[in-house]
Amino acid sequence: MKIKALALAAGFAALALSGPARAQVEIQWWHSMTGGLNDWVLDLSAGFNASQKDFKIVPTYKGTYDETMPAAVAAFRAGTAPHILQVFEVGTATMMAAKGAVVPVGKVLADAGYKFDPKAYIPAVVGYYTAPNGQMLSFPLNSSTTVLNYNKDLFKKAGLDPNKPPTTWPELTLAAAKLKASGVSCPFTTSWQGWTQLESFSTWHNTLFATQNNGFGGTSARLAFNSPLHVRHIENLANMAKQGLFVYRGRGNAADAPFYSGECAMATASSSTYASIKKNAKFDFGIAPLPYYPDVPGAPQNTVIGGASLWVMGGKKADEYKGVAAFFNYLTNAETQAKSHQRTGYLPITLASFQMTEKAGFYKQNPGTDVAVNQMIRKTTDKSRGIRLGNFVQIRAIEDEELEQVWSGKKTAKEALDSAVSRGNELLARFEKANKL
Amino acid sequence: MASEKRVVFRSGWLPWALLAPQVIVIAVFFFWPAAQALLQSFQQSDAFGLTTEWVGLQNFANLLNDATYLASFKTTAIFSVLVAGLGLSISMLLAVFADRVVKGTHIYRTLLIWPYAVAPAVAGVLWLFMFAPSIGIVSYALRAVGIDWNHLLNGTHAMTLIVMASVWKQISYNFLFFLAGLQSIPKSLVEAAAIDGARPWRRFWTIQFPLLSPTTFFLFVINVVYAFFDTFAIVDAATAGGPGKDTAILVYKVYYDGFKALDLGGSAAQSVVLMVIVIALTIVQFRFVEKKVQY
Repeated sequence: MKIKALALAAGFAALALSGPARAQVEIQWWHSMTGGLNDWVLDLSAGFNASQKDFKIVPTYKGTYDETMPAAVAAFRAGTAPHILQVFEVGTATMMAAKGAVVPVGKVLADAGYKFDPKAYIPAVVGYYTAPNGQMLSFPLNSSTTVLNYNKDLFKKAGLDPNKPPTTWPELTLAAAKLKASGVSCPFTTSWQGWTQLESFSTWHNTLFATQNNGFGGTSARLAFNSPLHVRHIENLANMAKQGLFVYRGRGNAADAPFYSGECAMATASSSTYASIKKNAKFDFGIAPLPYYPDVPGAPQNTVIGGASLWVMGGKKADEYKGVAAFFNYLTNAETQAKSHQRTGYLPITLASFQMTEKAGFYKQNPGTDVAVNQMIRKTTDKSRGIRLGNFVQIRAIEDEELEQVWSGKKTAKEALDSAVSRGNELLARFEKANKL
Repeated sequence: MASEKRVVFRSGWLPWALLAPQVIVIAVFFFWPAAQALLQSFQQSDAFGLTTEWVGLQNFANLLNDATYLASFKTTAIFSVLVAGLGLSISMLLAVFADRVVKGTHIYRTLLIWPYAVAPAVAGVLWLFMFAPSIGIVSYALRAVGIDWNHLLNGTHAMTLIVMASVWKQISYNFLFFLAGLQSIPKSLVEAAAIDGARPWRRFWTIQFPLLSPTTFFLFVINVVYAFFDTFAIVDAATAGGPGKDTAILVYKVYYDGFKALDLGGSAAQSVVLMVIVIALTIVQFRFVEKKVQY
């Protein structure tokens, strides 16, 4: 018996010694990327893991954005949170307020000895995820913005110039009328109606969506999207809906599919639809900037950011944070960035990767892919920097609910927007109370 | 009546020990979560639970001040009545027919029981697919007969959709119980009535229906609870509470606020309200409706 035990112990010791001198540190990464984007996440991780030996990134798909975040919250409460968590942009304020639960990315990078130069990044992208003191809070992995996709074949059929997409809302209305006359059943539709028609609409027209610079100034922000300009736009869309020029196709990205199928001729959507359109569309398509009202001073400014960023969770070991920093450093690499941007249609986050993509002739070969970048690369104003509000998930739902009442003719634009603002402000007041600084 | 023969435990602890497993299961899976919900309904905390503040009745006050929350009581009432009413009557009808079928009984019954194995979210998606405004096969047929189906903007259409999906999902369960109930009715009673010249409809109405009443009552309670609590996945998949808030039933908002919006205090307060409603409803059912039941 004794001899057996000794032999076993010796065996284990030999095994332990024969392993790598230093064990690899595993870094858990929870994300929400599916399909081709999941492949992208796996490739990024594999690329990093192959580039060095000390750390190993382990990506795990945890469901959609609004499933991953609650999963991480539950895990945090149970003490089993991942190191890196992908959070959609509407969750930003919630994550920022959770000071004890997250570690700012800027701090993680600095502690590990990496230099963080804010000037290297595209302002509208990184500005959204930066604290008032200039510290980067989360890492902008996949940022998108709003664009107008249009079907060139249907444009031709309707006698419209396929290379001259409408640039203003009045032009878009005229184009929609022509498309309808040519037999298109769905001339114009929109995905993410709150994001495209209220949020991005606001920054594009350099108009406040919420006070306190859209929430950047503090948690006392209140909604302001019932201004005459907003009412005018929603009224305009309601009229288009009545004439069958704008066809509502549901919440979230439900309207993307009827555009891919060629049923809808124009659609405002996320710029990250590029890869899917390219894959699915059996027609010639174009990408154009979001339309605007030409009589509004300051328009067009810049569109608002969407997508998600990577947050570093608190309470982990020092060498694990080193691994996280090394991974982020790998992601910032201009070549990795440029490749990701060209592959996914998400925005480049550093200027170097944008220039690299431009030099490689990618935008010339793939017309329209630069639209989103050009909308975002401008100098932002306090009103257009982005929208960062507490309880934003619920506010988005309120925007959906109230806008639906307008499209169905139950409420006027003014009534619906007033109601959305007052309902949303209630949530903001509660958030302010729960997150007193 | 002769006095019943009663077996008495001599030992003081044995009965408790025998009861313990059941008591523990109920305490851990029912009373503890319910107590947690009650506790959380008086608190407000950030998403990660880093700071928790005792807010008293604030969460409940927020609910009462929310006009859309009050409106969802009406939505829930309409939804529950429709789901329980339609669910019970359709499955009773199917059970009566299945009871009379002579050939192929097994196939018929098996097919009727299948939908019970479908997860609620899947049921929601299935019906959503058939009724999708642009690609759904049913909406296509409806357009052919002149009905412009659009549950994305028409509240009545949306309500119809989730009622159909919820009823369809529950029919199997009801059907099983009704069929068992019908088969336990002595054949001689029905035959005697037939000999007396009662037509099938009269036989059903005067003999089978009254004798089924314990089953019907049980299923009524179960179906109301089902409509109140178990339907959020169907709503989430089919309409997400829209258009506007036209299909936002109470339990959907509990789910949404708690699991998607991470407002645990508000969500807990709503589940306490829901708990109170269902307890009240069950008491009413047992006190008043049960009196009409013939055992």
